[in-house]
Amino acid sequence: MSIVYAAAMALLGAAFLMTAARLVRGPSTFDRVMAGDILAVLLLSGIAIHAAVHKETANATILVAVALMGFVGSVSAAHLAAARAERREREGRA
Amino acid sequence: MTAADAASAVLLLAGSGFSAVGALGMLRFPDLLTRLHAATKPQTIGLLLVLAGVAPQTGSVTAATPLLLVAVFQLITAPVTAQTIAGAAYRAGVIDPATLTIDETRRDP
Repeated sequence: MSIVYAAAMALLGAAFLMTAARLVRGPSTFDRVMAGDILAVLLLSGIAIHAAVHKETANATILVAVALMGFVGSVSAAHLAAARAERREREGRA
Repeated sequence: MTAADAASAVLLLAGSGFSAVGALGMLRFPDLLTRLHAATKPQTIGLLLVLAGVAPQTGSVTAATPLLLVAVFQLITAPVTAQTIAGAAYRAGVIDPATLTIDETRRDP
């Protein structure tokens, strides 16, 4: 089971790094919001695998909390970025 | 190693593999909408497989129920997030109209 744990964590780590690269690179704010959302999902997977291998059950509550936070965070960030872009466009036109 | 452990191992590896492939697509694809496509679907499947792999290891139905809650929640929220980001990007003018085959949200046809 420890080999499986190491392999799964390595895959998730690679995914995390690639998503973080997208978060840094952009180019638009929406790419960054999307990358942040996916980082939260990868975090969920990582916590779940850790909990499975170490037989910890208390982590399930943390999973629910992280899932909620990730959703609310990325939706509100997307709305904020859209509002900003629209305002900039309106000021540019005026 | 019991049958449940073997099933868990396969599901965990498949789930993290899906996540890694989705992240690769997110890094390599050329524009926002294709990246959004690569970001949401493989990551949702990946998380569902990982949760399915974790469930047999918890040992009881009571301990596995929050995992089901997370899975259902992810299935509901992932499309909402993707739709919100894509709609916001469209309204902000980030998406190049030339890359769209059909544009049903255009205001002035």
